[in-house]
Amino acid sequence: MGVPNDRRYLKSHEWHKLSGDTCTIGITKFAADELTDITYVSMPKVGREVTAGQAFGEIESVKATSDLYCGMSGIVTEVNEKLNDSPELVNNDSYEAGWLIKIKVSDPSQHARLLSAADYEAQLGA
Amino acid sequence: MLTTPLYEAHKRIGARLIDFGGWEMPVMYRGIQEEHVYTRTASSIFDVSHMGRLYFTGPDTEALLQHVCTRNVSKLKVGRSGYSHICNEQGGILDDVIVSRYEDKWLMVCNAGNREKIVAHLKQHMQGRNVKMDDTTTQSVMVAIQGPATMDLFARHMPIKVGEVARYGFVSGSYMGQKYSVFRSGYTGEDGLEVILSAGTGVLVWDYLTQDGGQDRVTIKPAGLGARDTLRLEAGMPLYGHELNESVDPLSAGCAWCVDLEKEFIGASVLRKIAAEGPRRKLTGLVLEGKRIARQGAKVFTGETEAGIVTSGTLSPTLEKSIAIAYIDSARLASGDKLSVEIKDQRIGAAVVPLPFYKRGS
Repeated sequence: MGVPNDRRYLKSHEWHKLSGDTCTIGITKFAADELTDITYVSMPKVGREVTAGQAFGEIESVKATSDLYCGMSGIVTEVNEKLNDSPELVNNDSYEAGWLIKIKVSDPSQHARLLSAADYEAQLGA
Repeated sequence: MLTTPLYEAHKRIGARLIDFGGWEMPVMYRGIQEEHVYTRTASSIFDVSHMGRLYFTGPDTEALLQHVCTRNVSKLKVGRSGYSHICNEQGGILDDVIVSRYEDKWLMVCNAGNREKIVAHLKQHMQGRNVKMDDTTTQSVMVAIQGPATMDLFARHMPIKVGEVARYGFVSGSYMGQKYSVFRSGYTGEDGLEVILSAGTGVLVWDYLTQDGGQDRVTIKPAGLGARDTLRLEAGMPLYGHELNESVDPLSAGCAWCVDLEKEFIGASVLRKIAAEGPRRKLTGLVLEGKRIARQGAKVFTGETEAGIVTSGTLSPTLEKSIAIAYIDSARLASGDKLSVEIKDQRIGAAVVPLPFYKRGS
């Protein structure tokens, strides 16, 4: 299904792309497809602290509302404002234009402890 | 899990399948919102073969149906269908059904998830009556074809004349040895048809009607239960398990129009009392501020007082607004106090609007 190799994953389908001490977080194509038409994304404000393993927001689709989790701790530096008017970006381009938040991470080594693309993909089939 | 004769066709065109009332059914093919909009603007075909199809024959059939249905089914003429509730002795809704009167038999279409319960209920009340019930649900196909282009497309492709059939009327017969019934009804708020065919013919008709007609031709496209739900919600139509259940009566559910309190039926005495006193809660349409969706079970408040509960909600593709249906305490509703709905830890403002949210041609 082409899970990108340049980032790491949580079992709950969030991707984490680290660049320096900034981590961009989004959800995988698999999750976006499962949710179907996404109608609303609830995200934290810039400056708020997020904690690895805890929910940082919610994503709603026609079918259901789900919590969003992050695998790294840090401070929110940017949220994808485009999703307010165009939540369907998450469906159409979940790995690029449909990113959710960027955080300044407190511990970059957390990244390596997340699932690799291969491991994430393997557990999808399980 | 049960599957319909169209199961292989669904898998072939990439449907996403879910468990619905014990049946493995397509929830969507291309996307719920896309299928919704296509139904409002063109024509969609839905596999509704999971719905129960119970045929009744015998001299006491009319008396049996009068006894179990809230509607006065004796007023139905041959070739007409009517929506009804079936209640328990306490006036609670066991199911909502469509009853159709043929020349030589009657048909009851019930909800998939309630079929076993309704079959048992009817069997109990058939005792001492000369009635035969035939549950044909698993032996035939039922499809709903819905949307403004439906009547033209059906006339172009099918050898059955239905243009003259009025809303809630139906025609039946056989074509090349295959029996059919075609009803002018549906569950989307659009004009359209519901068709019962033999299993084999049903598969052929599904494949034929959904084949791509080319770029310049409007075609009938498949739509799943996801779009069926958002369409019925915009049209303000109740869904069993959401707006309707055994602890709700037809009058509180806003369905007094399918209840005839002048006749005797199971639950009538309780319903007469509720009618005299006025229902304590009312099924109410809400439009919420913003785009968040109120799900079934969300609490409704007037000020700080809990006033009701949401039964269904979605982001209306037609109105592009967050809409919901809720049971709200009649007295709280009459107070005119501002309403809000609790979604997670937020209170979202909501305005009361008349049902339906959407009417065709509006």
